[in-house]
Amino acid sequence: MTAAAADIHASLAGATRIYPGVAGTPAVHALGPVDLALTRGEFFAVVGPSGCGKSTLLEVLAGLQRPTAGTVTFEDRKIAGQVPEGIGVVFQEDASFPWLTVWDNTAFGLRRSGVAAAEIRRRVDDALAFMGLKDFARAYPAQLSGGMRQRVCISRTLVLQPRLILLDEPFGALDAQTRLLMGDEVLRLWRATGATVLLITHALDEAAMLSDRIGTMSARPGRFLEIIETGWPRERDSTIVSEPAFGEITGRLWHNLRGESLKSLGYSKLAAE
Amino acid sequence: MTRVGWIRLIVIAAAVAALEAACRLGLIDHHVVIPPSEMAQALVRLLISGQDDGQIARTFGIVIVAIAISVAGGFALGVVIHALPRVRRALDPFFATYYAVPIFIFYPVLIVLFGLSVMPIVLMGVATAIVAMVIATLNGLDRVPRVLGKVARVHRMGAMATALRLKLPAAAPYLFTGVKLAVSYAFIGVIASEFILAPAGLGRVISDAYTDFNNPRMYALMLLLVIVATAVNMILHVFDQRWAQRRGIGKP
Repeated sequence: MTAAAADIHASLAGATRIYPGVAGTPAVHALGPVDLALTRGEFFAVVGPSGCGKSTLLEVLAGLQRPTAGTVTFEDRKIAGQVPEGIGVVFQEDASFPWLTVWDNTAFGLRRSGVAAAEIRRRVDDALAFMGLKDFARAYPAQLSGGMRQRVCISRTLVLQPRLILLDEPFGALDAQTRLLMGDEVLRLWRATGATVLLITHALDEAAMLSDRIGTMSARPGRFLEIIETGWPRERDSTIVSEPAFGEITGRLWHNLRGESLKSLGYSKLAAE
Repeated sequence: MTRVGWIRLIVIAAAVAALEAACRLGLIDHHVVIPPSEMAQALVRLLISGQDDGQIARTFGIVIVAIAISVAGGFALGVVIHALPRVRRALDPFFATYYAVPIFIFYPVLIVLFGLSVMPIVLMGVATAIVAMVIATLNGLDRVPRVLGKVARVHRMGAMATALRLKLPAAAPYLFTGVKLAVSYAFIGVIASEFILAPAGLGRVISDAYTDFNNPRMYALMLLLVIVATAVNMILHVFDQRWAQRRGIGKP
């Protein structure tokens, strides 16, 4: 095995997802074939037009969906229709449990795993402190803002110490300023945990600010058009949005995506110009 | 107490005072309605004498059994029907029109089948209450966010754990609405059945008192039913509101 191959944390090889037709409707070719190799500890973002299969890619990589063709691996093991231990997922939708307090929400996965009570307490308290939720430990999700609820979901993932964190447009429902600040928190989390992160987003600035590499996807069926290396240092935060390189990266992303976005909206002629 | 609570109390007190005054001033015939104060005195005397303790226990016992069967059976049926979309599509029109049918027309059939026993009354209580619970269960399960299914899979939870740890708590507020309705409908179904035809029970005693022009006894028992049914519903309502508030559902 080469050094580069040993460094591959998760991969997709020829991954394709076709949703079968329902009640006479034609099958939908949502994704692929897609090849992607995530190196251990990197921050990878996927951007693409609406409906291009970004979330399908994430769910295939997580093991939430079986690929119609191709293979998916995580830590050299093939993923076969089940989410392996070591993968954590944060969804776009509010997935906090409204019947549990912030503390109990965060402890949910640990309790299911049979972790000792003292260890649960330590990990949950640490996660809540890290995510700035310590003062809200006894609050219920309904008493929190959308951004704080999403932080609860991140905390619930974080305490399980995943080695691969998949984020499916986690800040999609938040305002621009909160998104920037949440981006800083995700970068802090990424550095502190050393986990590999794959972020699905439709926000080009978010992808450009957070990632080591950015994959731009075509309109459906989603394939990678280009993978851009940002060249940012590991120690970075939202202040990089004022750097000239940031503008160059977002410009390049938009150059790649403009035609595909028009195609996805049905303006094929404009896309060809 | 909140301002709304005070307003509620004042409205009730004003209505009772108006009825008391109307009865005392002869605006309402004493042979038709007795003043609320006399109803209350008659109820106190009746409860102290223990004259109708057996009837009270019987009726409330039947109501409790009907509620238990309706809630448990309605929930189980709701879960099964929710899992079978074609069956649900077939049954939906029946659920939508169920309460448009006067189900008491089936009471004589039940008496023919089971005789003048407790069984037809329990079944009438269940028949009036169970569909509300089925509909609430279907509604609750429909509203479980789909993302919770994905969360369950990320946590590698089996079908039973997903149902008990995630789907049931997520659907619980809507299930509780079904419980509240089942309680109200069970009271109505049982008392009305006893009133129509039964060997015993509060409905039968009220019916007998009505026939005998025994107004104090009739109104005392009616008052007892109103107090118990209202108290039970108020307790459930307060519990439901506090619970919903905590979960941010904000039921009116």
